[in-house]
Amino acid sequence: MSVLIFVELDEGKLKKSSQEAIFYGAKVAEMTGTTATAITVGQADETELATAGRFGATKVLHAGDAKLNEPNGMAYATVVAAAAQQEGSTIVVLAKSSLADAMTARLAGKLKAGLAANVIELPNLSNGFVVKSSIYTGKAFAYNELKAPVKILAIKKNTITPEETDATATVQSFAPALNDSDFVISVKSTEKATGDVLLPEADLVVSAGRGLKGPENWGVVEDLAHALHAATACSKPVSDLDWRPHHEHVGQTGIKVSPNLYIACGISGAIQHLAGVNSSKVIVVINKDADAPFFKSADYGIVGDVFEVLPRLTAAVKAL
Amino acid sequence: MKILVCVTSVPDTTTKITFTDNNTKLNKAGVTFITGPYDDYALARAVELKEQAGGTVTVLNVGGADAEPVIRKCLAIGADDAVRVNAEPTDAYFVAEQIAAVAKDASYDLILMGRESIDYNGGQVHGIVAEMLGLPSISPVMVLNIDGDTAKITREIEGGKEEIEAKLPLVLGCQEPIAEWKIPNMRGIMTARTKPLKVVEPVANDQLTAVNHYELPAPRGAVKMIPADEAEKLIQLLHTEAKVI
Ligand SMILES: Cc1cc2nc3c(=O)[nH]c(=O)nc-3n(C[C@H](O)[C@H](O)[C@H](O)COP(=O)(O)OP(=O)(O)OC[C@H]3O[C@@H](n4cnc5c(N)ncnc54)[C@H](O)[C@@H]3O)c2cc1C
Repeated sequence: MSVLIFVELDEGKLKKSSQEAIFYGAKVAEMTGTTATAITVGQADETELATAGRFGATKVLHAGDAKLNEPNGMAYATVVAAAAQQEGSTIVVLAKSSLADAMTARLAGKLKAGLAANVIELPNLSNGFVVKSSIYTGKAFAYNELKAPVKILAIKKNTITPEETDATATVQSFAPALNDSDFVISVKSTEKATGDVLLPEADLVVSAGRGLKGPENWGVVEDLAHALHAATACSKPVSDLDWRPHHEHVGQTGIKVSPNLYIACGISGAIQHLAGVNSSKVIVVINKDADAPFFKSADYGIVGDVFEVLPRLTAAVKAL
Repeated sequence: MKILVCVTSVPDTTTKITFTDNNTKLNKAGVTFITGPYDDYALARAVELKEQAGGTVTVLNVGGADAEPVIRKCLAIGADDAVRVNAEPTDAYFVAEQIAAVAKDASYDLILMGRESIDYNGGQVHGIVAEMLGLPSISPVMVLNIDGDTAKITREIEGGKEEIEAKLPLVLGCQEPIAEWKIPNMRGIMTARTKPLKVVEPVANDQLTAVNHYELPAPRGAVKMIPADEAEKLIQLLHTEAKVI
């Protein structure tokens, strides 16, 4: 019996959201009187995997079969289900992500699991197994009782702050039988921005809307984002107009983010936009219209022209 | 080509969510229900594929009779017929089980749905359905083209996208910009009234999860305004007061 945590790496390093998931999983293990085992899939460096111990995992299973190097939710679900069986795990924890979502959906089917997505707190075990999750795209919360014998908790990013120790985890290779049927989909090519801060993982986000007038004006947004080491994001019309790539679009129908700081520049603050960003810890709004609805949801606001305000903010960040 | 499109009936995206009965039920008073926005994209692409290559589009909803206006709108947009599984959806597994039961013997080439519903945001139904039917699943799909029995797909990943090929049949979770949303025209609305809408009873199910109660987020404090000509002060406040940079 151990709590199993699905862990992802980005450019060889444990993803921040996976560190959060390990910490969360280890806390759940403590609460249920067991240990935390991480499982990771595909090419990975053992020394890096051992750092899962810093967040509370005692063991890491590494399914390093080369067939698994390509992200594949179906095959990963087969691996995680096999790991759950080996470890006797009835609780599986992971951080929500594009890959994890594809994996979790299949895993829930395989294990006939009770699943809570967008979990934002540790479970309450005083009366059943109850977890709080964010629903209606951040407009409300639900207290979900997971009644099934197997439970999957998909943790919303940036809602759990891990504490670190200097412990290391033991790394074991794991080679479950793979299903041929999991490899019928072939990835022909991948296009991925490198070097930039990934939006779903970011602590700080600088986001801009139609107020920027055109893609050629994004320099002021990028300059501030670079100075802050922040990710860039945008409103839906901006990605619909192809000013910015779709993976930067936040909101009800886009990516949901919960960074420590969300700076909205030239965005009106429509309810559908707010839905994807309202769990940010601090919201800053810069808009030339003093009546823009976004100010009602902001912690700090500046009524002003983004083209004048943003360069001043960038200079002030550099002077810090 | 035989396509099944699974749609949710969800509160309009501008709805302010509130609860009744001691925070145990959604307050439906004054709420307009719409097709899940992601499901709308799936439906629009299904109708386009049918127009290009022929075939049928069936809409499926797991829900009470109050979901029928949403289903009729899908018929007006171009689906040929509809199935409603007469049950209040309780969780993703339950919904998936109902969809799988309908789809089991019907040999659909494509089962399309939104990448997630905008009420519970679980994003799980497509994967569970696929697992139950022993089919491959891909999500979130931004581009879908069919060439013979091969689907050419663009999937969004964090910070980018992936080009994928897979053989039909497939279960896909869809999102924009897979198609332009379609708005029903008068003719569509008229013909929708006569299109078949079959109501079937749910298959038995163990309840795996239950929501005990709901809660609303605490309101944010008042906004602190900073004059534009003192914009630098914002950075100081974020550093010293909010401590986020
Ligand atoms: C079903 C559905 C789902 C949706 N999902 C999403 C979603 O996921 N995400 C999303 O963002 N939207 C979504 N929308 C769209 C949403 O309703 C708004 O249309 C959108 O958020 C508006 O984007 P915007 O604020 O960039 O543009 P606008 O509403 O055009 O606002 C631009 C703002 O910029 C300000 N401005 C202009 N020039 C300047 C300047 N020089 N300096 C400072 N400020 C300036 C203006 O005062 C204005 O407030 C959805 C809509 C629907 C119907």
